[in-house]
Amino acid sequence: MSAAAPVDLGEVAAISARYGDDAGRMLDILRDTQEAFRWISPEAMGLIAERTGLSRVAVDGVASFYAFLSRHPKGRITIRLCDDIVDRFAGLEAVTRTFEEELGIRVGETSADGAVSLETTPCIGLCDQAPAAMINDVVVTRLDAKRVREIVHGLKAGLSPEDLISERFADLSPYERATHMVDNNIRHAGQVLLGPVPEDAGLKAALDLRPGQIIDTLEASGLRGCGGAGFPTGRKWRFAAEAQGDRRFVMCNADEGEPGTFKDRVLLTERPDLVIEGMTIAARAVGAAEGIIYLRGEYAYLQPLIEETLARRRADGRLGKAILGVEGFDFDIRLQMGAGAYICGEEGAMISSCEGLPGEPKTRPPYPVTHGYLGCPTIVDNVETLCHAARILDKGSAWFHAIGEAGSHGTKLFSVSGDCLNPGVYELPYGLKLSELLEMVGGEGAAAVLVGGPSGTMVARDTFDRRLTFDDLATGGAVVVFGPERNILEIVEYYISFFVHESCGYCTPCRVGNVFLQRAIAKFRAGLANPEDIDYLRDLSSTIIETSRCGLGMTSPNPILSTLENFPLVYSAMVKPSGDGLRATFDIQSAIDDARKLAHRRSHIFDRDFTQ
Amino acid sequence: MSELPKARVATTSLAGCFGCHMAILDMDERLIDLMSHVEIDRSPLTDIKRFTRRCDIGIIEGGCCNEENVHVLQDFRKNCDVLIGIGQCAIMGGLPAMRNAIMHSDEPLRECLEEAYITGRNIRNKTHNVPNDPALPLLLDQVYPCSQVVKMDVQIPGCAPEGDLIYDTLAKLLAGRFRGFEPDRVRFD
Ligand SMILES: Cc1cc2nc3c(=O)[nH]c(=O)nc-3n(C[C@H](O)[C@H](O)[C@H](O)COP(=O)(O)O)c2cc1C
Ligand code: SF4
Ligand code: SF4
Repeated sequence: MSAAAPVDLGEVAAISARYGDDAGRMLDILRDTQEAFRWISPEAMGLIAERTGLSRVAVDGVASFYAFLSRHPKGRITIRLCDDIVDRFAGLEAVTRTFEEELGIRVGETSADGAVSLETTPCIGLCDQAPAAMINDVVVTRLDAKRVREIVHGLKAGLSPEDLISERFADLSPYERATHMVDNNIRHAGQVLLGPVPEDAGLKAALDLRPGQIIDTLEASGLRGCGGAGFPTGRKWRFAAEAQGDRRFVMCNADEGEPGTFKDRVLLTERPDLVIEGMTIAARAVGAAEGIIYLRGEYAYLQPLIEETLARRRADGRLGKAILGVEGFDFDIRLQMGAGAYICGEEGAMISSCEGLPGEPKTRPPYPVTHGYLGCPTIVDNVETLCHAARILDKGSAWFHAIGEAGSHGTKLFSVSGDCLNPGVYELPYGLKLSELLEMVGGEGAAAVLVGGPSGTMVARDTFDRRLTFDDLATGGAVVVFGPERNILEIVEYYISFFVHESCGYCTPCRVGNVFLQRAIAKFRAGLANPEDIDYLRDLSSTIIETSRCGLGMTSPNPILSTLENFPLVYSAMVKPSGDGLRATFDIQSAIDDARKLAHRRSHIFDRDFTQ
Repeated sequence: MSELPKARVATTSLAGCFGCHMAILDMDERLIDLMSHVEIDRSPLTDIKRFTRRCDIGIIEGGCCNEENVHVLQDFRKNCDVLIGIGQCAIMGGLPAMRNAIMHSDEPLRECLEEAYITGRNIRNKTHNVPNDPALPLLLDQVYPCSQVVKMDVQIPGCAPEGDLIYDTLAKLLAGRFRGFEPDRVRFD
């Protein structure tokens, strides 16, 4: 810990004071402390606990929950390599090796001079331009060994991460900064979101309606949530509007953590006004005066753009008091940055996180619409859902209802990545066949397609005629294409490890069960599985699904279950019945090795050459 | 059933407390009826130390904490048609598996032994040594449930399982009618 910057407790106090010493803003206090000192020292934690009136362990509980907060010193620059399966297939290994060689440290280490830390992190929402990495809050994409050398040489020569993007970074607008770092890759603009969108037309139309009529319009449109669960949005808003409470909240879920999903990134870059317009309409509909945008820590590069948009809208009367001159319609939004926890995309966990708690889901019911943020009625909606809502208010429910098909109305943004020619975002009406989408993206050669991310479905070639609707292949947007050269069990193992890493740990079946699933899959990959291990996978999966508290545990076995169903041969090819009933996975030699060393003697049972 | 040859049963206690063997006795007077259908081979109940013949059923109490447990369990697997794990120690490792929780250490086994024999608060061990007689079997790095070492056919839950459950399972197995447990019998209370 020698290279750590001394922690100036005065500055820690100032950070805490900036948030009113409010324990509810713990995540912000800790984020800022992390940013200032590159770690949260025990002394800093003690001081924060004292000022916010919490116990030291409560502060520690928050600090230890989030991947981007650290309780030991990190380098002034932290490089986080995106370790998604798509990045692995796109050459992550060579990129990692080059970083390690050039920096002289290994993944997980910090250089001795305290300059650089090298880490990996799950999907950062850049699968369409993998391999990608974060360098502090800056993101770099399409990495290869050459680019990595340039980056490391630049950093060593004293360039800031921003300088790596552009020499005139400081002169760029927030929008230009974002698009210099990341390509939007909009491959197909549909008529709702990515085509031309008149400014605030939906909000203006909404202000001519009574709140109840706004909700009627949404209900009639058939809009369903785009974050994955597909709950009818109008109904959600109605529940919140009817719930008892003095304060109400509108939250925008911009946590976008499902591996392979990156469509909200594009909306936040290209349509930040539309997102906020949608939130403002929601506020009008349910009677909320306060809103929160929860932006994942990985998208910190979009923070200036969103802050700028919020400030602009405040300045011209579209946020704040008496919005667009309507007396009594007050609404403002704060931006809450996350800190590297996939589970915070789950709405209850997101609310916990905004309350300054560890990002753990809450027991349901009660649902957020009645008992959400600070116990008040709250609607949580995905970025895309809110954009759709604004467009529906402008163009009318009939227009939206006519797009798509029964049960799945309107358009959907698909984030396509993996083994295809044109990875990127496609806005298409619901109801397309998967094969039609694959044709558009240049992925006809696919052997497997993961629709809806790891919690969704792995589809095999013989059923590519399945359709992208809520009733068939439901998806929050992720479509990951895998070519015939990919190993299905490697993909499954990766995704189960992802859930192991991201489980919040509250429920034993999810915390421990997923580790057992991971081990079982490793056994299959090693060729050590018996036929009854297939039943074990099924049994354990259903236990995890039935007994977990939140959607993570309820869907984490899906990579296994959907491949067992759609790729049964992959499993049966790997199992061998054991003739003698002895487990091939149990290795007595390694099991007794520690004891042999401690006792300084050999085994008279299992060492063949044993003599006394 | 009476004309059939008697079924041959073997039992053993590995890393267990013998509580499960006591629970076998909880079948009470039904034992008498059962004994007219079975003959007990290798078992602490008969003090027969080696299999005299192949057995139909092997009953295992306790998991594997040392090499001898592994050896015995493998021997049971080789010599019994149906292996029954009885009690949580056999099924999950049970109480002995608490030592598996020493994970933060680079040498968990050393740490465990030192605490048990030398540094623990209430230890009265004048030798200040960890026992290391050559006759002692080597410990395993962890305590393993039986199913990780060999294929187990039936596992009877409980600590110890109720005599009724053991009787039911054995009676059904002997009659060739065992189809798993009713969910309400598998509970922890
Ligand atoms: C583990 C987990 C992660 C989630 N991640 C996200 C996410 O990143 N973005 C999102 O919009 N919804 C996510 N959700 C769904 C939210 O809980 C919630 O249903 C959604 O934000 C509601 O908005 P919608 O009705 O507009 O879809 C996640 C759910 C679970 C269980
Ligand atoms: S299911 Fe998993 S992620 Fe969800 S609350 Fe339980 S432990 Fe946490
Ligand atoms: S399961 Fe319970 S009764 Fe049986 S051996 Fe283990 S501790 Fe003893």
